Amino acid sequence: MEQNINYTEIGLIAGLEVHQQLLTQRKLFCHCPSGLYTKDHDGVVLRHMRPTLSELGEYDGTALMEFKSKKNIIYLLHKNNVCTYEMDDTPPFLMNQKALDVAIEQCLMLGCDIIDEVHVARKQYLDGSIPTGFQRTAIVGVNGRLPFLGRELSITQVSIEEDSCREVSDKGHLIVWRTDRLGIPLIETVTGPDLRTPDEVVEAILLIGRVCRTTGHVRLGLGASRQDINVSVRGGRRVEIKGVPQAWWARRLVHKEAIRQVNLLRLRDELHKRGFRTADDLVIKHTDVTSLFKASQLAFLRTENWDRYIAEENRRPGMELGEGPFCVRAVKLTGLINTLNWPTQPDYSFAHELTGRVRVIAGLDQQPILIHSEKWPNYKGSQRELLRVKEKIGCSSNDSVVIIWGPLNDTLTAAEEIRIRHVDAVNGVPNETRQPFVDGNTDFERILPGPDRMYPDTDSPPISITRQRVKQLRAKLPPPPWEREELYGAVGVPRNTIHFLIRRGDAAIVDKVVGMCGADIRQACFFFGEWLKGMRRDGAAVDTISIERWCDFFKLIAKRPVLWEARKQLVSLIANAPEKTIKQIVKETGLKTKPSGWENLVKKIVENSQLDPNNNSYEKQFRFYMGQILKELRGRVPARSVIAVLQEKLHKRII
Amino acid sequence: MKSTSDELKGYKGLARKKLIEWGVRVWSDVRVINDAGSVFEGVILPRFGYFDDLHLVIKMKNGYNTGIHVNRVKSIKEIGYKKAIYKIPEKEFPHSDTLRNVTLLGTGGTIASRLDYRTGAVIPAFTPGELYGAVPELADICNLKTKKLFGVFSENMAKQEYITLAKTIGEEIAAGADGIVIGHGTDTMGHTAAILSFMVQQSPIPIVIVGSQRSSDRPSSDAALNLIHAVRAAALGDIAEVQICMFGPTSDYYGLLHRGTRCRKMHSSYRSTFRTVGDIPLCMVNKNNFEYLTQDYLPRDTERHVMIYPVFNDRVTILYYYPGMNPDLVDALVEKGYKGIVIAGTGLGHVNKPLYPAIKQAIKQGVHVVMTVQTLWGYVQMYVYDTGRDLLDIGVIPLDNMLPETALMKLCWVLGHTDNHDEVLRLMRHSVNHEITEREPHNGYLILQGGLPEIEKFISSHWK
Ligand SMILES: [Zn+2]
Repeated sequence: MEQNINYTEIGLIAGLEVHQQLLTQRKLFCHCPSGLYTKDHDGVVLRHMRPTLSELGEYDGTALMEFKSKKNIIYLLHKNNVCTYEMDDTPPFLMNQKALDVAIEQCLMLGCDIIDEVHVARKQYLDGSIPTGFQRTAIVGVNGRLPFLGRELSITQVSIEEDSCREVSDKGHLIVWRTDRLGIPLIETVTGPDLRTPDEVVEAILLIGRVCRTTGHVRLGLGASRQDINVSVRGGRRVEIKGVPQAWWARRLVHKEAIRQVNLLRLRDELHKRGFRTADDLVIKHTDVTSLFKASQLAFLRTENWDRYIAEENRRPGMELGEGPFCVRAVKLTGLINTLNWPTQPDYSFAHELTGRVRVIAGLDQQPILIHSEKWPNYKGSQRELLRVKEKIGCSSNDSVVIIWGPLNDTLTAAEEIRIRHVDAVNGVPNETRQPFVDGNTDFERILPGPDRMYPDTDSPPISITRQRVKQLRAKLPPPPWEREELYGAVGVPRNTIHFLIRRGDAAIVDKVVGMCGADIRQACFFFGEWLKGMRRDGAAVDTISIERWCDFFKLIAKRPVLWEARKQLVSLIANAPEKTIKQIVKETGLKTKPSGWENLVKKIVENSQLDPNNNSYEKQFRFYMGQILKELRGRVPARSVIAVLQEKLHKRII
Repeated sequence: MKSTSDELKGYKGLARKKLIEWGVRVWSDVRVINDAGSVFEGVILPRFGYFDDLHLVIKMKNGYNTGIHVNRVKSIKEIGYKKAIYKIPEKEFPHSDTLRNVTLLGTGGTIASRLDYRTGAVIPAFTPGELYGAVPELADICNLKTKKLFGVFSENMAKQEYITLAKTIGEEIAAGADGIVIGHGTDTMGHTAAILSFMVQQSPIPIVIVGSQRSSDRPSSDAALNLIHAVRAAALGDIAEVQICMFGPTSDYYGLLHRGTRCRKMHSSYRSTFRTVGDIPLCMVNKNNFEYLTQDYLPRDTERHVMIYPVFNDRVTILYYYPGMNPDLVDALVEKGYKGIVIAGTGLGHVNKPLYPAIKQAIKQGVHVVMTVQTLWGYVQMYVYDTGRDLLDIGVIPLDNMLPETALMKLCWVLGHTDNHDEVLRLMRHSVNHEITEREPHNGYLILQGGLPEIEKFISSHWK
């Protein structure tokens, strides 16, 4: 399989949905604290989701799939971070207006037009990730654009929404969710399908990240921003790679998805060539073959081993365990020889597509989930066993067979899903949401939902956003990242440092201390962008220092530049004594005063110190004395004055 | 184009004027460009009456709704017209000779429904076919017949509805139903359960009232499971009383069958909002099983003859006593012709002294005054203090541990029969079905106090 493909030739198109949590005290629709995560829980709720009918009495595709998977859903609650709203026992409170302000601000940064009247919608999710079965979401901005690689990146829409639960475990029919993250306000930024290469996708993620973080009003840290990448190739369909945690993952993910779609399109052509053009052309039948494997070397196909497996795994009936007795089922794929081994991604073949569906929808997750005739495991008597299966179900040399096992009802669901996946294969690339892995591979997560899953939220009134409100928020906006890049770049700050400052939100502090406290821009950029990293690494609580205290600090530096030389000591004191004013701290150190007769101190130190006789080069001597003297005088006497006196003294001695 | 009022549904003032000017209407598929050059494509939705008159609401192609200020519209073009007709798919409800027959009576509460996804309106599913489409599990439990009696919100249930309901139950029993389910909004479900307990006595079959706390247009709704539990209780359960069937815990776990006279909605939005007060529930019900919690109930017996007493006097009110209540309140009630007053008194059934003359006067004028406790749990015990004894002397009827709402419903019912004070006294104090109980078991009063170590331990190890 080729690793190098020409993205233009295959018509690669990608777009992004970037999720960014907003920095607010409270959640979006209730008054619980936002961003307070817990590791344990003090309450448990069991729920199920049932799809609701759409306009034409049809169920949304995703909804139906998720219902078929018959999940028991458990929510872990902690009273410190959830109330009865999150567990869907209290209707929403009015939307957090501070969160809405931050969202509007974000929209403005992204160059969007702000919506006049915001309407809250319900977006259905039946996987249990939200206890209501839907996410409350509302469009706040549309029609934005950002300068991007010499052209523009279009922003289709920005919506404000509540974050979902965190998955704890997913075993058979039981999925467990922790609710602490649920309800944290976030924005989803949707770009146009403007990206053409994996590198562009990475660049776009980083750009949007910088724009979002410019205001300092968004959350940072693991999980605070996640992106979904939409990928398609010419003739393929939109596939959403969901929850990509870091930008650089995108390079491999997009590349491998492009390859996957090209290969699935080739498989479609092959199927058409063989006369499989519609669902009706496919003959996929299944048979119970449990008895054929009674004495198999493959332990997982033997009934008594299944009993042991469910005991060991503690799979409880009605919870993790599906319904019905243990069953091994053979699915016969008529005329489909050599399709299961059809390569899709560098490490996977088409059989992997089946595995994903069987695992997610049928809840059959005992490894290896399925086995098939085109890569039959090798063991004693293996070929004989395969032959027996083929005979029993009447396989010809043009047919393939897939074996699945588990509770009877689940094997029936699995067989049907295998058929459905082949119907999709006849049509090319199915619309799917896929879960990303760091190596760039992906696995099936769910069917991609359509607009049918959107409903108005009858619990929330519309919110009118006045132009006055927009104007006020616009007036307070910081400069966009590309302006800062130009500004800081002009004084010789490297690009990486600039991006670091923007990403962490420190650029806002730089602008403030430069603009209002008389700090030098280059000095401030290096201080916050580089120098503080060292202090942070050493464990100083520098991130707890408020912007006001930084201001006071830089105002003082502007007045007494000599203090800059003692910044390490000062910053550490400031971080450790949040209750004291900067002035107080400086006063207590005595740094403010230049000791009278300090020249004598220099003299004394030089005269009294014992030098290592082997280390008496001028430079070494100088460094040694300087270290000794600055212990006493750093921040009180400018280093260059000390140097002058010391040089004079040393010269005298050497001569 | 002429725009009739219906074509501009909900739009008023400026927005309405603009729509007419532009020649577009509700359900027009439009392309709007605003003063920032932003393009909105979608269908114009009806607007709720209480929204302002400045915005146009569009359902966009991606499913989101958005409001556009009419003054920011630079151009608007009608591309098409998409009036939606909503219908729940009907599938024929299967019949099986081996299953029992259940009649579902509709009062207007939406047990099964779906949301009109454009407007947010809830469309009820009610015919057996519609219900089968929404909750197919029902077909495994019984043969279902449905009757829509009225379409009112539960807070609008009143005299006429109660009478119709009781008579219809009688008819359905006569027609051979094996169980009756009543779909009802939850707000006044307790009131309906109480009045039906008095109007329908000695039923041979279960009469189960059910609703939902989360509407059935939501994936997490309790409606389907409540309906399944209720239909099971009606078809297969053994308790031939008027009962409420709603969630036990907030988890999708089991339902509780509560006696109609002793049940109360205790939380404005929780799923497990209904609680039996002053006693324990009758039964736990899940998808496979009934777990009876008491033997003290009227069992199913098809030989028994039901008695229907569909009478109701609605000149009865409830007076929730508070410190410093002014006696002219009582005078006003008498003046307005009220025939019965249920007092929800403090403590053991008290009101302050300045009220006595007014109450005395009311009774003298032929008003029947009964006493309950606003603590909900516990008994009226007017013999304990002088104040109580004085009230008894005046002629206030103590109702022991009857719930205030149950007392209200019972007094309406009793005054539908008679105006004779002795008779009213006798009927009110004679318990029809546990509205007064002689004993309160110690587990009949349990309000667990969160935060206590042993309670925290308990709730963290049980499904809420
Ligand atoms: Zn909350």
